Amino acid sequence: METLERVLAEHPFFKGLEPKYLQLIVGCASNVRFDPEQCIYKEGEPVDQFYLIRQGRVGLEINVPNKGPVVIQTITEGDLLGWSWLMPPYVARFTARAYEITRAIGLDGKCLRTKCEADHELGYEFYRRFADIIIQRLQATRLQLLDVYGS
Amino acid sequence: MKAENIDPMLTKPLRIQRVQRELPDTFTLEILPSNGGFHFTPGQFNMLYVFGVGEVPISICGDPEKSKSLVHTIRIVGSVTQAMSRLKSGDTIGVRGPFGSSWPLAEAEGKDVVIVAGGIGLPPLRPAIYHILNHREKYGKVVLLYGARNKEEIIFWKELEQWRSRFDMEVHVTVDRGSGNWHGNVGVVTTLVPRATFNSADAIAMMVGPEIMMRFTVLELLKRGITGDRIYMSMERNMKCGVGICGHCQWSHHFICKDGPVFSYEQIKVLLDKHEI
Repeated sequence: METLERVLAEHPFFKGLEPKYLQLIVGCASNVRFDPEQCIYKEGEPVDQFYLIRQGRVGLEINVPNKGPVVIQTITEGDLLGWSWLMPPYVARFTARAYEITRAIGLDGKCLRTKCEADHELGYEFYRRFADIIIQRLQATRLQLLDVYGS
Repeated sequence: MKAENIDPMLTKPLRIQRVQRELPDTFTLEILPSNGGFHFTPGQFNMLYVFGVGEVPISICGDPEKSKSLVHTIRIVGSVTQAMSRLKSGDTIGVRGPFGSSWPLAEAEGKDVVIVAGGIGLPPLRPAIYHILNHREKYGKVVLLYGARNKEEIIFWKELEQWRSRFDMEVHVTVDRGSGNWHGNVGVVTTLVPRATFNSADAIAMMVGPEIMMRFTVLELLKRGITGDRIYMSMERNMKCGVGICGHCQWSHHFICKDGPVFSYEQIKVLLDKHEI
């Protein structure tokens, strides 16, 4: 049977994490499913969850006046969605919308922050993994800003 | 492979059979070769001459096994390509070539192939894709990763759809800028590399796109475990003579027209980060 702990262990974000930490984290995790067009986060609203996408696709949108929503990135299987819960004010900077049926592991940010405060080794491990993703996304965004395909 | 012209400096006037508009600034010319057809290997280019205006290097982007039609897809970037865009079916164009090195298709046999294209970088890779699909049984997994600026600038849309609908080819497309009517991937092409399924232990990668895109894609491919000697890229410089005499396209100790345009990353990695070359 596919336990939540095993699913977490197999997700690229938690790959190699010690089992004792996985056991701690699993208490903050749950299986979630989003329908197509369902809003997962709304820009400007409080956020206390992040998601490890198992299947499906989610678009990150920002609303541009007179232009409507502009998709700046899509997130798919194996990716992580959401880091607004990491730092105050814990507010979503983008709207996240499912484009298709999306299955994910939802993690309670508040629960994890408490556990990271209590165990700094877990906290270090956790923030290190987030830093890696943030760096990758920052580099991709810089490349995107270059508009390399322009004439 | 036999060259079309005996004298590489001799321009051969050929008839344009068909002109097709691909994008607002990009068009395809189908040229009727002279007797015997036109033979080339995927990755090579021709020098195309608009009489009285000038000559430019353009990759050949048709099926290498269909020698009765010579196909070039061209983006309007200067006065010669602008004049070329005004040519019509029945007009004459000057052709010299084919020139340059080719994609390592024989070396890739029996292996997974990862093709990465950005923007107008898809046409130079299309002959390689045709070849692989014509001889599909000789190759392992075939993955195409394509990035464009936005939905409107995706080139060869119908072919991408056809390739994606095959059960023996994996196609991922992404755009840098999403819009309301695009529900595909949004993000740079490098973000597709971790999603692709291939055996990195022996896969061969071939890529064309803006140089900066290729530099970052190489990093992702290396991270996935493809070694530099199995990563190939097509470079672009101001090619003039096509045979390594004039020196216009000299890039350190290489002439892009003669030693390239296809190089392995291993051959050119020391040059890629050098600003002054």
